[in-house]
Amino acid sequence: MSTQQQEPETQEAPEDPEMKGTQSPQERRLEEKESGLTEDADSAGDLEGETVHLKVFRYDPEVEGKQEPRFDDFHVPFEKGMTVLDAVMYARDEYDSSLTFRHSCRQAVCGSDAFFVNGKQRLGCKTQIVELEQPVRIEPLPHQEVVKDLVVDMDHFYDQMHAVEPYFQDEETPAAADLEEQRQSPENREKIKMSSRCIWCGACMSSCNIAAGDNEYLGPAAINKAYKFAMDDRESEAIKEHRLRILEQEHGVWRCQTQFSCTEVCPKDIPLTEHIQELKREAVKKNLKFW
Amino acid sequence: MSQSYNRGLIEDFGRWKEFSAGMWAWIFHKFTGWMLIGYLFTHIAVLSTAIGAAQGETMMLASEQVDVYTGTIQGLESLFIIRVLEVGLLAVAVFHILNGLRLLMVDLGIGLTAQDKSFYASLILTGVITVASVPTFLTGVGL
Ligand code: HEM
Ligand code: SF4
Ligand code: FES
Repeated sequence: MSTQQQEPETQEAPEDPEMKGTQSPQERRLEEKESGLTEDADSAGDLEGETVHLKVFRYDPEVEGKQEPRFDDFHVPFEKGMTVLDAVMYARDEYDSSLTFRHSCRQAVCGSDAFFVNGKQRLGCKTQIVELEQPVRIEPLPHQEVVKDLVVDMDHFYDQMHAVEPYFQDEETPAAADLEEQRQSPENREKIKMSSRCIWCGACMSSCNIAAGDNEYLGPAAINKAYKFAMDDRESEAIKEHRLRILEQEHGVWRCQTQFSCTEVCPKDIPLTEHIQELKREAVKKNLKFW
Repeated sequence: MSQSYNRGLIEDFGRWKEFSAGMWAWIFHKFTGWMLIGYLFTHIAVLSTAIGAAQGETMMLASEQVDVYTGTIQGLESLFIIRVLEVGLLAVAVFHILNGLRLLMVDLGIGLTAQDKSFYASLILTGVITVASVPTFLTGVGL
């Protein structure tokens, strides 16, 4: 043994319920599934060998017969573990190659396949068909313009994401040549952990009534992105203040009316409303003066 | 991209069946808040008849000469519709207060994971209090 291996220090169980393993959102979902709380879970076993009835939104400004939006019906053979994305892919590959939607990773990582499924924003690849009532109604995300079929224009969403300067800013970053690490404390890492999980799917923004009525509202995802950096101890106080100044503008955190719709739809279980509320309090604290 | 399809506002409101607890809480809170403001004005209008009464103004109520303040209030309270509206006002105020406390907790970041349950609790409590108030509000009114 040439290298000295240090015994790892014993660790306290972290506060975060997800780390403690008391009940993570995933466990909650599993529990709900087992106890039959999810929509129509009884039919789970009965779908074997049957077909799934999809109603898919269709629209294409460039095709004569599709300029009027309509719903098309597809009957797709069910397979164990089939997701909504699997189902629409089958429909596209076998029935209608013009059926258009975005997808890439198929494992809830790339964020390209958020749809409006049975009245709720969900990731196609993360939504099991057995959990849904039939017919499964699949629409493009509401509150975004439809380009074609299930494809919506995401430009505005991306603009809002970029508006909060979503990159690390610190003058004290060591020069790359020094090969120094810029360490973050484990506690601070835990603090921003959930906020760092965003996959830019846009489900939250689409679910938000306020964002629907106020096009300039930054929206939950962008505010959450700002939270990730504002709460990072390694950035200086001055930069945190700069970030709060962006967030407390007219169309920033104060537009949030705590409807929790974003938190409910986020496929990565980010506590968006909680983060927005915390930033509201930070913004107030910064402006409070007792003199 | 040559064209895109905007589904517009009508479809937004058409989605009300898909609203979640927090969205309903927000709508009800707005509605009840503005109802209370509306009541405030009628309240001031009725109470301000006391100014007239202090100056000796009178009116006829059930062929009796009474001062204008007493007359206005007794006249209104004898109407069944006013009693029903009072029950409604209580319901609106109770919901606004309970959900207002819920919103204060939400603003303080307390119990955020139970926000839907606290909304349902506000609704149920409002219902119970409203029903319990009916006998009090409807005593001695001729139909
Ligand atoms: C104990 C009594 C009350 C509590 C706890 C309470 C609580 C609240 C809270 C927390 C809000 C802010 C909601 C938000 O975050 O946007 C609010 C809004 C409001 N409240 Fe109250 N409130 C009370 C009584 C009243 C009364 C008596 C009136 C009317 C005279 C009233 C009228 C309103 C109005 C108009 C709004 C704004 C609604 C909107 O957003 O358009 N409230 N209330
Ligand atoms: S916060 Fe959640 S819902 Fe919103 S874009 Fe990120 S992953 Fe999607
Ligand atoms: S396909 Fe990548 S998130 Fe669903």
